[in-house]
Amino acid sequence: MELTTGTATPLPATAHADPPDASATPKVVPARHPARWIAALAVLVVVAQFAHGLVTNPVWEWNVFSQYVLSQTIVHAVGVTLELTVCAQMAGFLLGTVLAFMRLSRSPVLRTVAWAYVWVFRSIPMIVQLVFWFNLGALYRQLGLGIPFGPVFWSFATNGLVGSIGAALIGLSLHQAAYAAEVVRSGLLAVDHGQLEAAAALGIPRARQIRRIVLPQAMRAILPTAGNEIIGLLKGTSVVYVMAIGELFYQVQVVYGRTGQVIPLLMVATAWYVLLTSALSIVQHYVERRFARGADRTPPPTPAQRVRRLVRDVRQTALTTGDGK
Amino acid sequence: MVDVRGVHKSYGPTQVLRGVDLRVRAGEVTVVLGPSGSGKSTLLRSINHLEKVNRGWISIDGELIGYRRSGGKLYELKEKDILRQRTHIGFVFQNFNLFPHLTVIENIIEAPVSVLRRPRREAVRAAERLLARVGLADKADAHPRQLSGGQQQRVAIARALALEPKVLLFDEPTSALDPELVGEVLDVIQDLARTGTTMIIVTHEIGFAREVADTVVFMDGGVVLEQGPPDAVLDQPRHERTRAFLSKVL
Repeated sequence: MELTTGTATPLPATAHADPPDASATPKVVPARHPARWIAALAVLVVVAQFAHGLVTNPVWEWNVFSQYVLSQTIVHAVGVTLELTVCAQMAGFLLGTVLAFMRLSRSPVLRTVAWAYVWVFRSIPMIVQLVFWFNLGALYRQLGLGIPFGPVFWSFATNGLVGSIGAALIGLSLHQAAYAAEVVRSGLLAVDHGQLEAAAALGIPRARQIRRIVLPQAMRAILPTAGNEIIGLLKGTSVVYVMAIGELFYQVQVVYGRTGQVIPLLMVATAWYVLLTSALSIVQHYVERRFARGADRTPPPTPAQRVRRLVRDVRQTALTTGDGK
Repeated sequence: MVDVRGVHKSYGPTQVLRGVDLRVRAGEVTVVLGPSGSGKSTLLRSINHLEKVNRGWISIDGELIGYRRSGGKLYELKEKDILRQRTHIGFVFQNFNLFPHLTVIENIIEAPVSVLRRPRREAVRAAERLLARVGLADKADAHPRQLSGGQQQRVAIARALALEPKVLLFDEPTSALDPELVGEVLDVIQDLARTGTTMIIVTHEIGFAREVADTVVFMDGGVVLEQGPPDAVLDQPRHERTRAFLSKVL
């Protein structure tokens, strides 16, 4: 492919203005940026080439893509991917929040245990952990309820308990929890200490201080990173293909293993991942907006408002230039 | 009413309070003056147990704050009981510490609803009366960041009053304000003084102290150096340190 990149240095716009006339207010002429236009043009040419290739290059096999993208196997696999993401993320955030509060507690024991948890689970690669959980039966033959180190009242074999989906969920959740703990902790630390003092001075009970005063403010700092984590997990679920779980990536591998149409099927997976992350990004935008209440004097416009404003502005400029003629 | 006896407080090796005694009668306004680092704020924060003292005790209406006495020892109370005691003690912070994600009215009713279990309707009505009293009846639905510093501090005062405390503590209530906004906050405090609210005010506004104080307390180096009516302490200070401080700030 031929690449043309414009790296021209911007030229200073030379303007030899006449000495200002005292009687008339001079008209302002904005600076011209020819180099910027050239660079934009060059980039657009590259983009056009790429788009052209997407359409015309037969390797993409778009007919195969459209044959599979909405097929029952793939849609079902997308469902499994979503299920893994939602369950592991919810469990991860629940456990992560508990861990975050443990790390901020006054008890050195709770602090140390939470720290050690994060240390361990951030240190083990997800894929290693998943295989570990998959082999849980080898590690612990039986799990039971009873007095610690004492008699056991009720027990069951682990072999039947943790299927491959269960192992994947446990692995993903525990892994997510370690990261979620840090995300939540960073949010809690971002809230001014004076807020807790004010709540304490008003006699507000501890649990309500956290729920009503601290967490809503912590959310502002938590949400952007939490969004990262969720999107990371959505794509990260693809590693569970090692356990032969029928999620999206595993399923496209199965199909192209059979048909040999590797590229179009990878595009099927890509399209779905992009679609899902886009949807998540939009949701994230609105959730963040909701938690920004009171943070700014005037809330930022929604994308819809922005588009409306843009249309209005363009129409107005069109009208004014029309008047000028 | 407020009784502070022999209070000591240190942060590691630094002694901040070194045996403070202070008595405040109901309906009185006490203004605490002193250079930075003299322990004024720490004393105030000790009164509602935001700081734990190392020795001595503090009581309000005969009830020990933060502790239970038994057999010559003081046992620290459970957090729940301390929180209950704090509802009798209003505290106004230098930095307002309003809850930025709640509206003005939600800030004020938060404690009455969640702590005193007042019905929401009733709490809102009481809050509206308090807002009118501090001159902000039209700001009920604003968020704190939409208000000026002076307005925020007046909301903070209304929030402290909403629990109908026995005593109101002010920790440098005007120090974070632009000079032209100081007056509106002091006016509100003065109005409270006229209606017989018991108050302890840490401030650097000497002129204000002269106007509203029944008692002026001068602190330095973690102890009360002198106390008495404003004319006595401000015009004829007995201590060299008080004289030096006043000559600098007046």
